Amino acid sequence: MSEIVLESKSICKHFHDPVDIQVLFDINFSIRKGEFVSIIGKSGCGKSTLLYILSTMDTDYQGELFIDGVNMVNKKEVELAKVRNEKIGFVFQFHYLLNEFSVLKNVMLPGLKLGKYSAQEIEFRAIEKLKILGIEKEALKKPNQLSGGQKQRVAIARALINEPLIIMGDEPTGNLDRKNSELVFDIFKELTIETKQTLLIVTHDNEFSRKSDRIIEMEDGKIIRM
Amino acid sequence: MNGKLIFSIAKALMLARWKQTLIAAIGVTFSITMFVTLLGFMNGLNDLLDNLILNRTPHIRLYNEVKPTKIQPIDKDKSFKKSYNFVQSVKPNGGRLEIYDNASVLKALEKDSRVLGFSPKITTQVFYNVGAIDLVGAINGIDVEAENRLFAFKDYVTAGNFLDLKIIPNSIILGKIAAQKMLAEIGDVIQVTTPKGERMQLKVVGYFESGLQEVDKVQSYASIVTTQKLLGKTTNYITDIQVKLKDMTKAPDLAKEYANLFNIDAIDIQTANAQFETGSSIRTLISFAVGITLLIVAGFGIYNILNMMIFEKMDSIAILKATGFSGQEVKNVFILIGLAIGVVGGLFGLIFGFIFSVIIDNLPFITAAMPTVTTFPVNYDIKFYVIGTIFSIITTYLAGYFPAKKASKIDPVIIIRGK
Repeated sequence: MSEIVLESKSICKHFHDPVDIQVLFDINFSIRKGEFVSIIGKSGCGKSTLLYILSTMDTDYQGELFIDGVNMVNKKEVELAKVRNEKIGFVFQFHYLLNEFSVLKNVMLPGLKLGKYSAQEIEFRAIEKLKILGIEKEALKKPNQLSGGQKQRVAIARALINEPLIIMGDEPTGNLDRKNSELVFDIFKELTIETKQTLLIVTHDNEFSRKSDRIIEMEDGKIIRM
Repeated sequence: MNGKLIFSIAKALMLARWKQTLIAAIGVTFSITMFVTLLGFMNGLNDLLDNLILNRTPHIRLYNEVKPTKIQPIDKDKSFKKSYNFVQSVKPNGGRLEIYDNASVLKALEKDSRVLGFSPKITTQVFYNVGAIDLVGAINGIDVEAENRLFAFKDYVTAGNFLDLKIIPNSIILGKIAAQKMLAEIGDVIQVTTPKGERMQLKVVGYFESGLQEVDKVQSYASIVTTQKLLGKTTNYITDIQVKLKDMTKAPDLAKEYANLFNIDAIDIQTANAQFETGSSIRTLISFAVGITLLIVAGFGIYNILNMMIFEKMDSIAILKATGFSGQEVKNVFILIGLAIGVVGGLFGLIFGFIFSVIIDNLPFITAAMPTVTTFPVNYDIKFYVIGTIFSIITTYLAGYFPAKKASKIDPVIIIRGK
């Protein structure tokens, strides 16, 4: 058994506005290194809410969250930002690329922020990631000149740049056609096989989830299958 | 903190909306330009007007005022000491205007280290006799050299040589307008009559022009000796001592001190010319108010543009935060944008402000009132440039700070899920 990279201990979440509603009930699970996990469930079952808690962006919850064995509760905003930068890669339903920067710079940004390598080295790595995803030719274009599938691949490259502990995806194929969805899935699959990349993907695409290693199914804020 | 990265993000955001950024910067440039020009011009004008008066006014004037005595003989009588004494119809005594024992006063002033210089003076009323008509006038008997050293007498003598006053006996320098009225050319001899009825002929050796019409109509200058002769007084007769101090601000205190010490009347420049001080400070206040208002308006421009930028770039901010930029770093990006607009705009403002000042400085400004002035006065005090710079940085920082704070508080979850 390999090491645990992410662990959720009895996480509960309430929405306070307009009335107090509990949306997550006592969520307990853990993810090991190299696992390809998908979270599925119907709309409104709390899967995205859970993902944002796990990603440290949402801090308003009860229970404990461990990333790489470190408790995230009571960490400061700056520390959490650092964790996100270093250990988590994000792929969202929408690409969220910055149109002011070239594709290459977009991929480089989190790396430059981390500052572990020199700018040259980061550029080299970024080009390498783009090559893996087959879009190195678009490196100097602006994101708004790319197609939807290409944009999503750039977003994946950006998520990979700091070689994160875990990549989290919120419906990464939700906005793509079938062909591109499959392409993105294949990329994810390849990553788990080749680089032992841990993945946690929220989706309601059953076909997508069926092909992953492990499915966590949620309903009404509770895990019903894992 | 990764300064270079923050800088490149700020730069990219600015370039993405370069038109608005430019307009904001032009706003700052305009306000700083106006601030610097306005203050330079206003203060130039202030200095000019102040000098018109201050250069020619003694810091302290020692004299004997014609006034009723405060202590009446009855007050000195011991038997009436405990009673209220009412004396009606008190009149000033016929009065000697001269300063008693002025030699010792002058000696004391000479020893006083706070005094820059002093010049004795006699003032007397006269009539200029022009044919059958007598014009009212006043003659100032002066120590020509001391007067020139302390009050730049030479500058105001627009025709003739001021030193002739000392060299040529029985000479007079007439006020320009008085001279015009009398049709007195240089070299002519005019006749004056003293209040006591004595007549004397004086030779005109120059014209005097102060810029103040009322003065030029009445005043004229002669040497002390000539005036003493005119009045039939001895050589120790003087009516005024004009004192110039090293530090003008001490004038009110010293005036009181001298009044007690020499038992005479003393008036300081601040009391005598209070209106000029007030005028100057109010003009300065107004120009500061206008300048700062302009800057604040420019600040609102920056505030608006940054707010709009943040609203538009909500997604970008959210993703920056999701990928590991902290709120503080996002804040720095927007503060940096604000400051960049302020610094660049401000710098151009200083340059344009200087250029405008030079232009104004070279515009012809000829007025009969001020013969020595040919162009508009401008003050190039570095102080205004420094204040302008500081204000532009402070306002743009604040204008950047509040939108930046808002940006730093953006919750990425709400933005990313909201789509």
